[in-house]
Amino acid sequence: MELSNLSTQAMTTAWVVYLIAMIAHTLEWAVARNLSTKVERKRRRVLVGAGAGAGADLPTTTEETPVETTEDPRLSRFSTVGLVLTGLAFAFHLVGVVTRGIAADRFPWANMYEFITSTLLFVVAAYLVGAARFGMRWAGLFVTLLATVGIGLAVTVFYVDVAPLVPALHSVWFIIHIVTAAIAAAAFNLGAVATILYLVRDRAERKGTVRGYLAKLPSAERLDVIAYRFHAFSFPLWTFTIAAGAVWAQFAWGRFWGWDPKETWSLITWVAYAAYLHARATAGWRGRKAAVIALIGVATFWFNYIGVNMLIPGLHSYAGI
Amino acid sequence: MAEPTTEERTAPAAPNHQPGLRALGRWAWGALTSMRTALILLFLLAIAAIPGSLVPQRPVTPIQVNDFIADNPTLGPIYDRLGFFDVYSSPWFSAIYLLLLVSLIGCIVPRIGVYAKALRRQPPAAPARLNRLPVSATVTLNDPSALSAIADELRRRRFRVATTDTTVSAERGYLRELGNLVFHLSLTLILVGVAVGSLWGYKGNAIVVEGYGFANNLSQYDDITAGARFSETDLKPFAITVNSFHAEFETGPVQHGAARVFTADVTVTDHPGAEPRNEALEVNHPVTVGSTQVHLSAHGYAPVVEVRDGEGNVAFSGPVVFLPQDGMFTSLGVIKAPDARPDRLAFEGFFLPFATVDDQGPRSIFPDAIAPELFLNVWHGPPKEVESGTPENVYTLDTTGLEQVSRDGDALRLRLKPGTEVVLPDDLGTVAFIGWHRWVKLQVSEQPGVPVIVAGVAIAIVGLLLSLFIRPRRIWARLTPTGEAGDGHTLSVGGLDRADARLGLVEEVQALVDLFPDAQDAAAPGRARPAERDRLVAEDAIMDDDGQPSASDAGKDN
Ligand code: HEM
Repeated sequence: MELSNLSTQAMTTAWVVYLIAMIAHTLEWAVARNLSTKVERKRRRVLVGAGAGAGADLPTTTEETPVETTEDPRLSRFSTVGLVLTGLAFAFHLVGVVTRGIAADRFPWANMYEFITSTLLFVVAAYLVGAARFGMRWAGLFVTLLATVGIGLAVTVFYVDVAPLVPALHSVWFIIHIVTAAIAAAAFNLGAVATILYLVRDRAERKGTVRGYLAKLPSAERLDVIAYRFHAFSFPLWTFTIAAGAVWAQFAWGRFWGWDPKETWSLITWVAYAAYLHARATAGWRGRKAAVIALIGVATFWFNYIGVNMLIPGLHSYAGI
Repeated sequence: MAEPTTEERTAPAAPNHQPGLRALGRWAWGALTSMRTALILLFLLAIAAIPGSLVPQRPVTPIQVNDFIADNPTLGPIYDRLGFFDVYSSPWFSAIYLLLLVSLIGCIVPRIGVYAKALRRQPPAAPARLNRLPVSATVTLNDPSALSAIADELRRRRFRVATTDTTVSAERGYLRELGNLVFHLSLTLILVGVAVGSLWGYKGNAIVVEGYGFANNLSQYDDITAGARFSETDLKPFAITVNSFHAEFETGPVQHGAARVFTADVTVTDHPGAEPRNEALEVNHPVTVGSTQVHLSAHGYAPVVEVRDGEGNVAFSGPVVFLPQDGMFTSLGVIKAPDARPDRLAFEGFFLPFATVDDQGPRSIFPDAIAPELFLNVWHGPPKEVESGTPENVYTLDTTGLEQVSRDGDALRLRLKPGTEVVLPDDLGTVAFIGWHRWVKLQVSEQPGVPVIVAGVAIAIVGLLLSLFIRPRRIWARLTPTGEAGDGHTLSVGGLDRADARLGLVEEVQALVDLFPDAQDAAAPGRARPAERDRLVAEDAIMDDDGQPSASDAGKDN
């Protein structure tokens, strides 16, 4: 099959380019080691300057003071190289996913290889939009790391040749279920990236001085907010994913819920993120503890994704590895 | 925050001053309905769900449970006693979700009253010092009507506004709490739907061979599970004939043997006397009869055999359902001819759609019937004295009173191709493999709770979206005259976001101040010491590289 070969080659190329992009971002972190910022942990207060024209006089906060600003000029160069390469890798990645779908004559979401590559496509797309529109470039290293590891696993461990679907997958609900799952997964993963960076940066801030690349990150407070936004975006989507899966199961198997391992674990993930949202609203739990719960959530997600398919037999495993 | 917040609802201290049951009860109730308890119960629920995904479950795979117990003679019985083989109806799992339900109701219902009151109340009066709010601005200006301009602007921005001579209070985002309440209540609705389904619903299976029919009454089911409130009269009197079943399998190298197409051509008679209708029953296309659904849940082969006894009479003739044992449809079955004379006969063996014999013995190498063969062992014995009347399992052979037929000292193994006949030794009779049919397993179910569950899920998602994306916000303004002349005024505007991670508060306050182009910045006021929240997220820059709000984003909301 011509097209499926093209797809595989594009995906492998994407993997290589992501790897180089990741190396560029690693260098970016490495040359940032001289940076350092003093952080005073104060409750933030924003004064709105008035009188001047709208937008000119901005609210400022004074809690961060750069101590040494010996910013290596290579830093922004590596950062740009990383971003451009990520964009290039994304193009190959996109070609890989789309041609796979064309080769199979269906949406490319029928097995783990296809699902992982599609999910990561959403992750990188969201990151690129975030980097272009919202200055999310600080996430570069982790996003390329995720893409490199994920696609690396996909093309080596999970690869299967193009094949048509088994009858149980012939359903629009299958498409709805999978696409929402992939988008929710992308947001959960980006949320996890922000959460990890929040935990790291928060620890540094507690000590008073933030060194190295951490000084280039948004403040812990803002990372926490960003993480929350990703989770708040994906939680309803995940809820819908489970519901759509239940509808599909009703059509395919005549029961909307059967405690199949896959179903059980998606519920566990859902409950874990519900706990995260509750923790954020509970005194004594918000902040670091809530962040840890979010990471437990993403761990259950990954277990469901890989562990359940590999370790536990169930109806869903007939989607094939 | 003015209203009882979640923080205030955390577990109260244990009762030590007021002993007595009432106090204890009140304490327990308070503890149960606290946010912290909800958190712990959610954790417990997640953890408790795990074993059921790792250990085989009796309602799903009873055979695997028995195998597991046989393979793990020490662990098996312990698991069994702990309910690990039926986690989701075990007492401890039920206890967790019922406690969660009670906690949820106890937590949410009182909030309905609070919310109803808040809806009827005016926005709260302005706090004494607006510059303690997370976001505030103080300017001086010469416009005594500034407050009404602010009130108008806030109304335009869809705030609910209350004014006094010197202050404006405004609030918006009431739908957030509504969404929160609706979401949690709809979770209980979903559970009600599940309960209805498990009390009144039923689900049964029946194997039907091509050309045969199924009538919906208890005697026709191979197995059925039903809720406590189910009665036989709930079975709708419909009938289905399976005219034919069509299956296709992958013949290419990728996923060789995987299923590709399953279609059953069926004729449905909705009730006695109704006009029969033809339907295509497929995996994702169940046939519905009223509220009853019929799914295609499995298929297999039924070899057609004819057994003649030692006296030359037909002792058995027809298709026999063989049960597939693997993905290649190596199928196991039993043929019984109890009426054969002088000896009754029985056969046990395999139907192989694509037969091969190798060191693993006879087995099938493809699921489609490409080269079908029948492998049988034969048993005979004297006729049973009296028919015991107890129903026999048609898929297993009880060999008491039977003796295996052998030839030259070895057990006789028959191997038949379609259209062939074998003469049994010792004048026992003959057996002919005439051909084969396919059978389908129909799963018939009624799930009366489903509409309630669907409604519950839909409402839950809407509530969730409101709860996560509506931005409740309060804004206050105060105008105080300064200087003796009475023409100078100080205007303070302050705002508070009542939910995590909201955008635009700074812009909103800024926009209000910008209503007055000639206002002057007042002296820098003191530091904020917000007491309401642990964590203020008042700053509102769009995410930025260096942690600073970027200039280009600032005026966007204006
Ligand atoms: C199956 C159990 C539950 C699930 C799945 C669940 C889910 C959620 C979710 C997703 C939110 C986030 C909405 C938001 O941030 O506005 C939330 C908020 C909330 N939950 Fe639950 N919940 C459950 C049980 C409970 C229980 C038992 C309680 C009370 C003890 C409770 C009290 C609350 C409260 C008060 C909020 C609002 C927090 C705030 O104001 O931000 N929930 N819940």
